[in-house]
Amino acid sequence: MILTIARQELRALFLSPLAWVILAVVQALLGYIFLSQVENYIVNQGQLAAITGTPGITRFVVAPWFGNVAFVLFLVVPMLTMRLISEERRSGTIALLYSAPISMTEIILGKYLGIVVFLGIMVSMLALMPLSLFLGGSIDIGLLAACLLGLTLLVASFAALGLFMSCLTAQPVVAAVSTFGLLLMLWVVDWGGTASTGDVSNYLSYLSLLRHYEPLLKGVFDSSDVVYYVLFISLFLGLSIRHLSRKRLQP
Amino acid sequence: MTTTALVRVVNLVRDYGTLRAVDDLSFTVNKGEVLGLLGPNGAGKSTTLRLLSGSLAPTAGTIWINEFNLFTQPILAKAQLGYLPDRPPLYGELTVDEYLQFCASVNRIPRSQRRKAVDFVKERCGLTKVGKRLLSQLSKGYQQRVGIAQAVVHMPALVILDEPTVGLDPIQIKEIRTLIRELGGEHSVILSSHILPEVQTICDRVQILNRGKLAFSDTVSQLQQASDFLNVAFRNPPSREALESISGITRADYRRPNRVRLLIEPGTDAAEQLVQTAVNKDWRLYELTPESVSLEQVFFDIVSGDTGEAFAARPEHGEGLS
Repeated sequence: MILTIARQELRALFLSPLAWVILAVVQALLGYIFLSQVENYIVNQGQLAAITGTPGITRFVVAPWFGNVAFVLFLVVPMLTMRLISEERRSGTIALLYSAPISMTEIILGKYLGIVVFLGIMVSMLALMPLSLFLGGSIDIGLLAACLLGLTLLVASFAALGLFMSCLTAQPVVAAVSTFGLLLMLWVVDWGGTASTGDVSNYLSYLSLLRHYEPLLKGVFDSSDVVYYVLFISLFLGLSIRHLSRKRLQP
Repeated sequence: MTTTALVRVVNLVRDYGTLRAVDDLSFTVNKGEVLGLLGPNGAGKSTTLRLLSGSLAPTAGTIWINEFNLFTQPILAKAQLGYLPDRPPLYGELTVDEYLQFCASVNRIPRSQRRKAVDFVKERCGLTKVGKRLLSQLSKGYQQRVGIAQAVVHMPALVILDEPTVGLDPIQIKEIRTLIRELGGEHSVILSSHILPEVQTICDRVQILNRGKLAFSDTVSQLQQASDFLNVAFRNPPSREALESISGITRADYRRPNRVRLLIEPGTDAAEQLVQTAVNKDWRLYELTPESVSLEQVFFDIVSGDTGEAFAARPEHGEGLS
């Protein structure tokens, strides 16, 4: 049942021009950034080679590029998630799911799976860029894998938050804006942590989505970072299910 | 509460903020019965149907469908029902075939039987020719049919239709009514409408809601027997007393000096008596029309809450209420 809803969600995405446009724009934009970083590396290659112990191309090009990817997807994911539930509520098609013998959990997980598969397609297309460096040399596979894992977890968290926001309102745009707002808040929450010292700001900065992404970009795999993302996703999926059930009590 | 009751609604209440949309409603629907819900706008028809479909949770009360509680055993209960909301829940970007396949699978029809179920329901709802068309490009009538197809694709015991003929042309209305009549018998059908003749032609039983309360409930066949009218016209009109003295005529209302509306006792030969008397006394009767649309009468009585005024303010035949 979850798969049925996920498949329907993916089909709806690919039948609308939005998904294609987003894939194309993201690919073109990040392709350009990637190329300019590779060029930057090639220009400085001579100098870098003269110093011993300098970072290789993976650390020099790929890891910073994944930082850019995270930022671009931060802008893109809310646009994809905004219509998940709110569009169904606005057009009344949610009644079909409500009156069918499926649980709220299945609806939410199905919708989430659908969007995560779409984001997975996007991430694997982006992964082709660093992999293309194999054509001209060798790269650090371990670091690349850590980066990809981090990116996947990060966008999956974006999607979980976006899905929850989409449950809250029947207006897709409102869902997108509130997702942006909350994501940005979670993005910058560690700025306070770096400016001052103290327990509160430490806890605050621990909440930052980015803070758990950066270690993975350095190739540091800390299971607490992964657990953070898993908890983040479960929290918002749980809230979505709860909200969808409660929604039937309201007008 | 007989053993054949498919749906049991017990003390159902639903509030929207401070507004009580459904107020302590209880009724049952038997297997194979077509039940019509009538009521003026805002009477709580759609809310009742949304509650029955499980898209809305009640403030208090319970609904049993086939002995499953809709709110504590939602999956089992919802497997027994199909629902067409007032706006058909269509995904405009899908074709009719894709959409019905999706509906079949969310209603847990096994993969191997989906094709067959979809073909059958398309045949039944007259959608065979439009299978490859996009839902957003279908006419309103076809969209409505897809909406009904969606509600019956899994052969539920209970079909809930919210104003199924609204916005259709007369031919489509006729087709949809035939379809609903066909559905009754195998399925129980609950439909809401504000078109009185429609309810009278397709339903077995009628319930009238007013301000969220059940104001009236009776079978259509009984309603039709309940009272009869004769509209008569004379060139040489007699007095009221003369008319009311004829056996079987209980009341005479003068519409115009020569036109009278007679309330007759059901099952008597009042019409015959009248004609006989008219000939004998040279009243020159030239028009006699029987009339038995008593549902409107009941409806107006309930909604206006004033019998005498409603009787005088009856609209012409077949006029819808909005």
